[in-house]
Amino acid sequence: MTKFIVGGAVIACALAYMIYAGVTQSVVYFVTPGELRAAAVPGKAYRLGGMVVPGSLKWEPRTLDLSFALSDGTATVPVRHKGTPPDLFGESRGAVVEGSWVGDGYFRATLIMAKHSEEYKAPHDTSAAGYKELIKTLRGDGR
Amino acid sequence: MTADLGFGMTLVALVLAVYGGAAAGVGARTGRAALVESAQHAALGVFVLITACFALLTYAFLTFDFSVRYVATNTNLGTPFYYRITGVWGALEGSIILWSWMLALYTMIVVLRHRSTARELYPWALATMLGILAFFLLVMTVAAPPFQRHTPVPADGRGLNPLLEDTGMITHPVALYLGFTGFTVPFAFAMAALATGRVGDAWLALTRRWAIVAWYFLSLGLLIGGWWSYHVLGWGGYWAWDPVENAAFMPWLTGTAFLHSVMIQERRRMLKLWNISLVILTFGLTLFGTFLTRSGVIASVHSFTQGAIGILFLSFLALVLLTALGLVAWRWEVLRSQGDLDSVVSRESAFLLNNVLLVAAAFTVFFGTVFPLLSEAVRGVKVSVGAPFFNQVNVPLFLSLIFLMGVGPLIAWRRASLDNLARNFLWPVVLGVVAAAAAFVLGVRSSLAALAFAAAAFVLATIALDFGRATRARLRAGESLLPAMGGLVRRHNRRYGGFVVHLGILIIALGVTGSQAWSVQTEMTLRPGETAELVGYRVRFDGLTAVEESNHFKVVGAFTVSNGRVLGVLRPAKKFYPQEQSPIAYVDYRLGLKEDIYLVLGDFARDGRQATVKLQVNRLVSWIWIGGAVLTLGALLAILPDRRATA
Repeated sequence: MTKFIVGGAVIACALAYMIYAGVTQSVVYFVTPGELRAAAVPGKAYRLGGMVVPGSLKWEPRTLDLSFALSDGTATVPVRHKGTPPDLFGESRGAVVEGSWVGDGYFRATLIMAKHSEEYKAPHDTSAAGYKELIKTLRGDGR
Repeated sequence: MTADLGFGMTLVALVLAVYGGAAAGVGARTGRAALVESAQHAALGVFVLITACFALLTYAFLTFDFSVRYVATNTNLGTPFYYRITGVWGALEGSIILWSWMLALYTMIVVLRHRSTARELYPWALATMLGILAFFLLVMTVAAPPFQRHTPVPADGRGLNPLLEDTGMITHPVALYLGFTGFTVPFAFAMAALATGRVGDAWLALTRRWAIVAWYFLSLGLLIGGWWSYHVLGWGGYWAWDPVENAAFMPWLTGTAFLHSVMIQERRRMLKLWNISLVILTFGLTLFGTFLTRSGVIASVHSFTQGAIGILFLSFLALVLLTALGLVAWRWEVLRSQGDLDSVVSRESAFLLNNVLLVAAAFTVFFGTVFPLLSEAVRGVKVSVGAPFFNQVNVPLFLSLIFLMGVGPLIAWRRASLDNLARNFLWPVVLGVVAAAAAFVLGVRSSLAALAFAAAAFVLATIALDFGRATRARLRAGESLLPAMGGLVRRHNRRYGGFVVHLGILIIALGVTGSQAWSVQTEMTLRPGETAELVGYRVRFDGLTAVEESNHFKVVGAFTVSNGRVLGVLRPAKKFYPQEQSPIAYVDYRLGLKEDIYLVLGDFARDGRQATVKLQVNRLVSWIWIGGAVLTLGALLAILPDRRATA
């Protein structure tokens, strides 16, 4: 019987370690442009959520270069991505992107969330309260 | 009118289910057969009423009865006939009806099958099933009523979610829910076993086939969900570790563990407590899955309190778990095992390890799914753990499980001697090593893929060895080859059904390995006449056309695919629905045994002079669906009536 208890303990420890290592390696924090600007660690993975600033969206179909800026009302972060913008993506709409902060002063997105949600809408007004509402929605959807 | 009639029927069904549950419970306790009989009538009444509700809602969909709110929000005058039927369960309220109807159906089958064969356990099982049914009817009346009046009656409805306009939507929810609700039966009999104190083999023998049926439908539901994701969502994958998928995967894992551990109890009288716990856990996870996907808790921990459904499910889950654990504590003495494990190297140990690994995988999935919620609730920080976490932790577990799939069925009971091990596993191990080496020589450089091939070859060899040996024994007895093989399978249908299911899982595992390791993709913007190239395939853009459909407008691209010779024209599209803010992508593909060519239309110029496409060559994905077919065959074989019992 001792053998089984030892075996069980070994398995439990191995599993606990795998989960611990898995979480620490793959956990991604959700940040707003303001939070990212305040303390960005270059190279670290983030999920960044905000509103696509009107007039900032540039899409080059031939080179597949997509660039835009995300804002939360307090700060703006330039974002670059390689690939077609998803269907739900557009100016004055909320978006969540995953990627990392590049030292050169922009956020390189590897993934743009295209969740099928009714709630990806621009803030009703561009006041602080409107942005707060938007960020709250994105936080929820952008996991 | 329709709404009131439907709501009235739901209410009556609720009252009947509550009465029936109570009557069956009291009848079981006092031994009064008349009460149990009355509960049976109530169960029949509930079944008839829910069937009528379901029919009424379907009729409302078919006749565009927008006076019912649910119809108005999930269909419109342009919705095609076929999707007006699947639209019935396209959203929360309708899916709860489907769920309740299946539960009522299972209850009726339990009544028909077991009322005379399981005199002692049956009344308690009936009480449990009616009690659970009452809960779903309560949800249907207070939290998610499908029959709600809509005034003023709108001229047109909102329309079905376009992603659900797909043939997979008739089979996927049906299979998944048959799986989910199917586990209610083993749970009900487990509760009956605890209530009567007869926790021996009787309840297992009664529910073994039920568990296989539920497990099979759950597997099918998961596979069809993968197929839907692959051919509708347009990201080229079939599994994303999305909370909705995880919700169905967790009970599948614990259910799989249960299917295996029952064999230990049947054979060695061990693991009684473990089996009861697994059934409780599996049923609890089906409820938890519904809570997770239907309450809005996924979006945010704070959102689930907004609707009644989250609170209801969580309370019911707590009630079920507390009751079940209370009963377990009460029966603690009889649940303790009589048998003991003899040796670490034995079939018992292999099965036990299989169970531990399956439950560990379920826990991992559970942890990864709720971790973001915990983090938000405890620390107020929103985080995500995506596919990398689930893959990293689960891949080693699944590889070990595949390896055990070869060990478990052949290793000796109690204590395996060296001789037994050599006799059963020498050649399979050699073959596994050869497979890994062959994979390496053929250019496989991913160690995980090589390990997967080695494990698969090992398991395949054990199956062949076992089957070959048994057939040879029959040949020696004078039978000829085919009758010998057929007779073997028919006589030991459960064992060989299990082998065929293993084969199906193996094929699925190879498909997953191949698609993860070798799929490639590229994205390009093309002008008419230009081509994109990927691993020997050439895709030429021929032009765009616009098409008007009954309820949407679509832009279709034509792309000629060739690899030396022309293979065909693929037509991916973008659909524009008036009720949606954004277009929906419609992928096109050419499936193959070796690889699929998969094309998604991204962006396009309105004048048709250029289009951006994503081209993927997905390797071995078709084997996942083929594995599903093999698994179906195996499951059917396993639930055939046992020949040995009658022969």
